[in-house]
Amino acid sequence: MVAVTLWGSLAAVAGGKDKLDIEAKDIRELFRKLAEQYPGFEPFIDRGIAVAIDGTIYRDTWSKKLPEGAEIFLLPRLAGG
Amino acid sequence: MNFDPRLTNRDFTSVGTRPIRPDGIDKVTGRARYGADFNMAGQLVGRVLRSPHAHAVIRKIDTSKAEALPGVKAVITAADLPDLTNGDSALYDILDNCMARKKALYDGHAVAAVAAIDARTARQALKLIEIDYEVLPHVTDVDEAFKHTAPLINEAIFTEGLEEKPVKPSNVHKRTQYGHGDIHKGFAEADFVIERSFRTEQTHQGYIEPHACVASVSADGTAELWVCTQGHFVYRQHCAQLLGMEASKLRVTSSEIGGGFGGKTHVWAEPVALALSRKAGRPVKLVMTRDEVFRASGPTSATSIDVRIGAKKDGTITAAEATLRYSCGPYAGMWAEVGAMTAFACYKLDNVRTVGFEVLVNRPKTAAYRAPSAPMAAFAVESTIDELAGKVGMDAVDFRIKNAAQEGTRASYGPVYGPIGIGPTLEAVKNHPHMKAPLKQNQGRGMACGFWFNFGGQTCVDLNIGMDGSISLAVGTVDVGGSRASLSLVAAEELGIDYSQVKAIVADTSSLGYNDMTDGSRGTFSSSMATISAARNAIRILRERAAQMWDIPVDDVVWEKGHALARGEKYGNLSPLSLKEIAAQSGTTGGPIAGHSELVADGAGVSFATHICDIEVDPETGSTRVLRYTVVQDAGKAVHPTYVEGQYQGGAAQGIGWALNEEYIYGKDGRLQNAGFLDYRIPVCSDLPMIDTQILEIPNPNHPYGVRGVGETSIVPPLAAIANAVSNAVGVRMTHIPMSPPRILAALEASASAHDA
Repeated sequence: MVAVTLWGSLAAVAGGKDKLDIEAKDIRELFRKLAEQYPGFEPFIDRGIAVAIDGTIYRDTWSKKLPEGAEIFLLPRLAGG
Repeated sequence: MNFDPRLTNRDFTSVGTRPIRPDGIDKVTGRARYGADFNMAGQLVGRVLRSPHAHAVIRKIDTSKAEALPGVKAVITAADLPDLTNGDSALYDILDNCMARKKALYDGHAVAAVAAIDARTARQALKLIEIDYEVLPHVTDVDEAFKHTAPLINEAIFTEGLEEKPVKPSNVHKRTQYGHGDIHKGFAEADFVIERSFRTEQTHQGYIEPHACVASVSADGTAELWVCTQGHFVYRQHCAQLLGMEASKLRVTSSEIGGGFGGKTHVWAEPVALALSRKAGRPVKLVMTRDEVFRASGPTSATSIDVRIGAKKDGTITAAEATLRYSCGPYAGMWAEVGAMTAFACYKLDNVRTVGFEVLVNRPKTAAYRAPSAPMAAFAVESTIDELAGKVGMDAVDFRIKNAAQEGTRASYGPVYGPIGIGPTLEAVKNHPHMKAPLKQNQGRGMACGFWFNFGGQTCVDLNIGMDGSISLAVGTVDVGGSRASLSLVAAEELGIDYSQVKAIVADTSSLGYNDMTDGSRGTFSSSMATISAARNAIRILRERAAQMWDIPVDDVVWEKGHALARGEKYGNLSPLSLKEIAAQSGTTGGPIAGHSELVADGAGVSFATHICDIEVDPETGSTRVLRYTVVQDAGKAVHPTYVEGQYQGGAAQGIGWALNEEYIYGKDGRLQNAGFLDYRIPVCSDLPMIDTQILEIPNPNHPYGVRGVGETSIVPPLAAIANAVSNAVGVRMTHIPMSPPRILAALEASASAHDA
């Protein structure tokens, strides 16, 4: 079980909750379960969600493990210049 | 990805040296081929007709007279670029921006295009296209567009992110919010509170090379595109989707690039050139004029930002908040959101809240510009921080050191930081001789901090070893700042050979797997990771071949300093085999030797910088001169220090132009008034002092060598550092960028009037 913190817009589609407990071993499973529990997540996942694990931001490595007790923070996928 | 990207301690041989870049001689002798330097047999000249109106319904387009003109081979409108975006709203916006469909949304919006045998005929043809416009009210100012009374740009836009779904459309596409803690409690604890409003005007990246491409669509539906871009694989993807092609049938070759800075991460003219070529059946060359670059490519946002920060008498910040309104052009964006995320990222704050509003205006579609959105937010925040430090009675650097984020701090955008470099850059600035140099009358010194995320992304590298032992390194990230030299250094480092043995090229889209763009400061970070991985794969094969040549088990072969060594006393008589010796035998030991890597380079480390600026202001004319400028920035590990310094200097130079001169100026008619370098003045060499740099190396734990991106952060602090310097020089807080002479004079006069009253 990992505790996941959502940014504002994402919290809105999770019924206003900005923290969720999800049973997920990696980012792929996290996204799948979030989409199952909150269908409003899907367009955000399509647009791109970055996952900060203990402060390090992962944008594409969906196989990245979510260690027990790690701080998991979801952020929008950003553009660079 | 079977590759461990974690940092390992090592001594470097090649990395950290400063060899001459492989593309240098061609660039200084004029041999290098940029976007407009490519030509094909039978090629036509493409030209685009652009809307003279800021906002207008396109009632009818009649192209018949243009099509009848001798020498015209194709005329296209939106009808020739049908909507194939399948509900992808972001891609639809790109399509609509490339060629207006129902409405022209800004002065310069493309509405039709022609391909003709020469430029004169193409220009004549544009004049023969008849368009019936219904001109609509427009709005170009971000604060005006924010008002509910403003002309509505897109009736389908209902503000997202509000607690209650709005019942009326508006020009505000989205509201976003970041932060933590309780700002009301935090402000109640403050002994001092500073509240200010700031504005920054819209600027362009100002790349010297305009957008340019040659497109050639064959009768069998395959196509080639030669183009100046920051990301040829992304251009292929977008163009193929917009034209209904399979990506593999469109081969895109990137030219040398005369600057991009985010503006060439987006297709503008390329789908138009391909559509013209498809219709004409001949290659089409399309090169934007400078006027078109200003009017119809992607400048950065204009902004309007309110900031409030409170602190205790001991200098501890108790609360901070900002409301940021960023213009997006006429399409949805996430520019204010990025500003809201970065605004307070340098600081350790228990109570912080930022709110961003994306505002549609009748201006060109906003594109990324080097650490997009962060410089404007930093200007507002760092100006307020400076003023608050003065109010508290603390030195500006000490005040920032006291409140700087550190490892374990919860960032204002959410996560907790790992090892970061804001503290070390501030300590370096505090101890820098620049901070102690004397100033004269009418001179002021300012400093400011800046933050950028840095990204990684999908990356692919091929490393081929020739039979003579030389290395061909094919990478897929466009070289915008010397990355071919840096990546050659990395290959040489990993293989244990000399830099001169490596030749790096940027491969086309049919020769290499997909690569994300060179954006987000990712070029050297990502491609060096893939190069290390490819080199290690090649070393594995080199060891296998050496084992064959010696007829010993491969596990007994190690790789050191460019040689295979047989490990163990029983092999005492075996001389080391060099890479060249192994390569020379490759034909009889299993064929060509190569290392490949396809990976996602994630874990790019965040980056911080602190800048110092000395400026002189003429109080009679308001003119300014930057006297001295110093950049201190964390690079993680500087692979090629000269090009790291070049990135630091380039960001500072662009920031100086942005802070002091550059701005889009629109008339009441909604038309851009200064679409050229004479009236939109970027700094030239004679405007700038030598920009001093200091590279700090706080290794990124998620890269084998500790590399962080360096390309973008250097443009984040200049607006604020220069504004603080000007404010200190004239004794008036400057709140509007650019601080052009008229604006400085107006601020001085307003201050004098206030004192008189």
